[in-house]
Amino acid sequence: MHWRRLTANRLSFAALCALLVVVAAALLAPWVAPYDPDETDAAAALSSVSLHHPLGTDLYGRDQLSRLVHAARVDLLVALSATAVALGLGSTLGALAGYRGGWVDQLLMRAVDAVMAFPAFILAMGVTAALGNSTANVVAAIAITHVPIYTRLIRGEMLKVREMEYAEAARTVGNRPRQIVLVHLLPNCMPPLVVQATLAMGFAILTVAALSFIGLGIQPPQSEWGQMTAEGAGYVVSGEWWLVLFPGLAIMATVLAFNLIGDTLRDVLDPRMRGVR
Amino acid sequence: MGFGGYVVRRLLLVVPTLIGVTIISFALTHLLPGNPALVKAGPLATPEVVQEIERSMGLDRPLPVQYWRYVSGLLHGDLGESASTGRPVLEDFRQRIPATLELTLASLLVAVGIGVPLGVLSAVHRDSVLDHVSRVLGVGGVAMPSFWTGLLLLYVFFYLLGVAPPPLGRLAADVTPPPRLTGLTVLDAALAGHGGALLSALHHLMLPALTLGFAVMAPLTRMVRATMLEILESDYVKAAWAAGLPRRRVVYGDALRNALIPVITVLGVIFGFLMAGNVVVEMVYAWPGLGHYAVTALVTKDPGPIQSFVLFVAVMYVFVNLAVDLLYGLADPRIRLR
Repeated sequence: MHWRRLTANRLSFAALCALLVVVAAALLAPWVAPYDPDETDAAAALSSVSLHHPLGTDLYGRDQLSRLVHAARVDLLVALSATAVALGLGSTLGALAGYRGGWVDQLLMRAVDAVMAFPAFILAMGVTAALGNSTANVVAAIAITHVPIYTRLIRGEMLKVREMEYAEAARTVGNRPRQIVLVHLLPNCMPPLVVQATLAMGFAILTVAALSFIGLGIQPPQSEWGQMTAEGAGYVVSGEWWLVLFPGLAIMATVLAFNLIGDTLRDVLDPRMRGVR
Repeated sequence: MGFGGYVVRRLLLVVPTLIGVTIISFALTHLLPGNPALVKAGPLATPEVVQEIERSMGLDRPLPVQYWRYVSGLLHGDLGESASTGRPVLEDFRQRIPATLELTLASLLVAVGIGVPLGVLSAVHRDSVLDHVSRVLGVGGVAMPSFWTGLLLLYVFFYLLGVAPPPLGRLAADVTPPPRLTGLTVLDAALAGHGGALLSALHHLMLPALTLGFAVMAPLTRMVRATMLEILESDYVKAAWAAGLPRRRVVYGDALRNALIPVITVLGVIFGFLMAGNVVVEMVYAWPGLGHYAVTALVTKDPGPIQSFVLFVAVMYVFVNLAVDLLYGLADPRIRLR
């Protein structure tokens, strides 16, 4: 038992470090990238891993490490914005549905059911295809697919805490509904929300990458991990492995980090879950 | 409540969901900037021409009227036309559904064939090496984008080892396709007794199925392991131990049977994963299925197929979830009361 708790902590510590590296790389991209990500160099085209180009170069001789680091910005920013938008919108709707009840609740929940009737990635494809390829639209598409999670979560929590004594007390002393929800109820719904948002970051990154891979997401020349993989896909059959390996590793490491941190947060914030897995 | 009542109640729930799904799909096709009249008119059309097309397509009518037309069209199997193939989308779909179905079934076979035994064994031998391996696979599997696993497999098995075919579809170019009966190449070849085609079909199916199967294996293994652990700790299993029943019979008889019931519930989620994964895996292996068709159409600025694909998958998903709920209600009577 002790040993497992220890590895769990060590794992989440490693995850946190990995995430910090990715975030730092994203923030400091122009300074840590050895080259300009768009700078072409015909002489160095398709060169493998070397001292000059630690992660190799692509067909145009662009440095893959520099592109990867700049891509981290886009991936994290899109995932973060989508999660923030979904969190804000979703919890507002959830609080409204849970606190108001009645037809508002009914209507919102049917809408949520309809959105959840689509597999998330498929809906995100439909939305980006309809809105057009742009970074903002990818954010919108991912946010739409994530809103229902928060709406359901907050609604459920609202129904639970609404009946608690402190809510009753807040009502009795004459607080307005909005005040009760914002000041007294929402803060008590935070822990599951934080866990969910962390796990959602991982999903969001996978979605951006997959959308961009099939050509529906971030457009070149802006580099993005999934889109870099797509550009390298054609070279796998001729053995230029570095074009695909590194962007995929970046996606996996980042998603894994978010998932592990989310799992740990759940264990910490919700002690009942401890030892279940 | 009897099973009949549960079925009726659950069936009724499908109606509002389907209405919601068609409203969203309608919004995606009719309300957003990708105006179908603009697409049909092409980039060089004058505003008057666009207006004329809008009128002929009924786009100038009130929204509820448009929605009604859209839905009644759908009910008659009208999924619109593809600008790139110039044929009804439904016809294109019919041609490509078998490829997607074949890949989906093969991947499900891979996921269930490896995932379920792995989950059971890691629960029974908790904290063994196998258990750790399965947990690493479970955590890692959900973090790996399937296009990436697909490309890595391709690099290893095609480029390095040379045992896999190039990612160019369902059969080798020099193999005559078997007569089309079911559309599933593997099955058609087997039915026609065409050994060469059968081998080639399986050869081409191998890597895509492995890629997609691996992608959905993780949630399955996790679920099987968790429910199996829970059941092994339960009172009736402990009672069976205490009564001195043979270990093998308790674990692989009663416990396993009961552990597999909750697994039905993940099948819905897995179907969603499979449909999403299909799109990406079909792109990697040039597998001529629905996802490949929809995404390729989009490259030629033809948004029709992709929206029909989105709607098609959502409707399938609604019915798969219905089937899952009904199956679950059948297997576990307690569910019917909820």
